[in-house]
Amino acid sequence: MIQFRNVSKRYGKKTILDNLTLDIKAGEFVILIGPSGCGKTTTLKTINRLIEPDSGEIIIDGKDITKVDPVKLRRTIGYVIQQIGLFPNMTVEQNIAVVPKLLNYSKEEIDAIVHRLLELVNMPYEENAKKYPSELSGGQQQRIGVLRALAASPPIVLMDEPFGALDPVTRDSLQEEVKKIQKKLGKTIVFVTHDMDEAIRLADTIVFMNDGKVLQVASPEEMLQNPADPIIKSFLGKHMNHENNAANLVASDFMRAKVLTVPKTKKTLECIELMSRRDVSSLIVVEEDDTYLGTVSVDKIRAQGKAGKEIKELVTVESMTVTRNSNAQEAFELLIASPTGYVVVLNDDNTVAGLITKTSMAKAMGEALWGEMTQ
Amino acid sequence: MADLFFLTIEHMVLVLIAIVISTAFGILLGIISYWTPYLDKIILWTVDSLQTIPSLALLSILMIFFGLGNVTLIVGLILYSLLPIVRNTYIGLTGVSPHLKDAAKGMGMSKLQRMFKVELPLSFPLIFSGIKIATVTALSIAVIGVLIGSGGLGYPIYRGIQTMNFSAIIKGTIPVVIMAVIFDFFMSKIEQKLVARGK
Ligand SMILES: Nc1ncnc2c1ncn2[C@@H]1O[C@H](COP(=O)(O)OP(=O)(O)OP(=O)(O)O)[C@@H](O)[C@H]1O
Ligand SMILES: [Mg+2]
Repeated sequence: MIQFRNVSKRYGKKTILDNLTLDIKAGEFVILIGPSGCGKTTTLKTINRLIEPDSGEIIIDGKDITKVDPVKLRRTIGYVIQQIGLFPNMTVEQNIAVVPKLLNYSKEEIDAIVHRLLELVNMPYEENAKKYPSELSGGQQQRIGVLRALAASPPIVLMDEPFGALDPVTRDSLQEEVKKIQKKLGKTIVFVTHDMDEAIRLADTIVFMNDGKVLQVASPEEMLQNPADPIIKSFLGKHMNHENNAANLVASDFMRAKVLTVPKTKKTLECIELMSRRDVSSLIVVEEDDTYLGTVSVDKIRAQGKAGKEIKELVTVESMTVTRNSNAQEAFELLIASPTGYVVVLNDDNTVAGLITKTSMAKAMGEALWGEMTQ
Repeated sequence: MADLFFLTIEHMVLVLIAIVISTAFGILLGIISYWTPYLDKIILWTVDSLQTIPSLALLSILMIFFGLGNVTLIVGLILYSLLPIVRNTYIGLTGVSPHLKDAAKGMGMSKLQRMFKVELPLSFPLIFSGIKIATVTALSIAVIGVLIGSGGLGYPIYRGIQTMNFSAIIKGTIPVVIMAVIFDFFMSKIEQKLVARGK
């Protein structure tokens, strides 16, 4: 429905839009997100020709928009500006009626539209229609700003941070309303925000921009799973912790790093003593150069150990090992299957990094789900 | 006394005719300056210079073209009143918030529609204060009209000066002052209302 083909815009030497190519489908809720100054507003304004690109073309419904009369074009594209921009010399009713009037709708039609829209956002006509914008709260003003953009039922609506300065509660309910309207009326919405919460809630597709370039175009789920750039990751912030950790976690995230190791030359008696003192049932045995050799259990020493012998004769290699960077899921499966009830985690140089036990696994999973645990 | 009343009305009518015409031209020139990036300097400079010409000199020059009588006075008053109206129109229009201009443009208003539905209404408080200044100034300048043979309260004042008749001078001056005060008072009231509504 809206296609950007190699669109560029410069102000002086500064490149604001850098060879932007983008495809927006009909009926899609597309969110432009990115750091301040990355060119979101500029991108939006090129769609209704408030800004003309230096090169490239924008095509709406198959037509190059530079071939369309800009005034006519704009009447078919709803526009909510970043600063609300209600006309202070007009009442609420007059503000909403601007575009229908430009399109010569009849008085009855306009009346019906204003009534219906005000009802949609729970602002009764009798109470609100004759008020001036200065008599409304910030939230009410933003509502009217959105209604004004919808009044003539444009198939495309551009919204530039329409809920910028709102408290979370009002914001939530307005987001809800906009999403409902979009679904019900099948609008194509291009919506700018720099709030990832908002993007994830509303978007069918998120377009992440930085420095005038598109870094990633993806559904919210895709973006959460595979952010294409560290900047996107940082924008995703807390969402990453909640929803994405599982895919990125590795064995070392689940292990207990403080483990008891003994050199293979240690005598069996000393080992027994150490184990009872530390209240553990097995030990990890390492070579002289600290690389992993194997494990030994207290039962085995009791059964076969002879006083004065070195522990290396009793070491078994039946314990499961993983390297610290192996996938967490693999470690998890090994742990379930492990006869000893633990999995040894090794560093790349084969030294011991830690131990995954059922307790350490449970604790790490709890943290991934609910954040840092105190206990 | 009846004479004085007639002269007062005449004085006021002359001024109001000039102000109405000057307002129409002034707003038009203000709009043209706002719309044309290079013309704005020239227009503003011209109306500025007009006002630096001493009123008597201006009227004398105009007399060459328009002869003796009320027409010359009205033309003079129009030229004098242009400055505050053109300037305030220009300042008002350029001062409308760029966001509102963007919004108006983005909704699909043509240049003329933007002017008449958004930009002019929002500038109107400032334009009106320009008209007020012009009116009050014109009321006093009109007194000089007597020297180029026009009517109004200039005549009794001038006669009073010639005959050293102070009471005649005062009788002529008081209505001018009263009119100026009354116009200023009521127009300021309207101005305040406009400003308050435009917020
Ligand atoms: N008329 C202009 N002249 C020069 N530079 C401009 C102009 N308009 C915008 N810019 C610059 O273009 C860049 C992109 O601006 P834009 O308004 O598109 O950013 P944005 O992504 O919408 O930012 P924000 O999130 O702060 O609204 C900014 O660095 C801005 O300073
Ligand atoms: Mg912006």
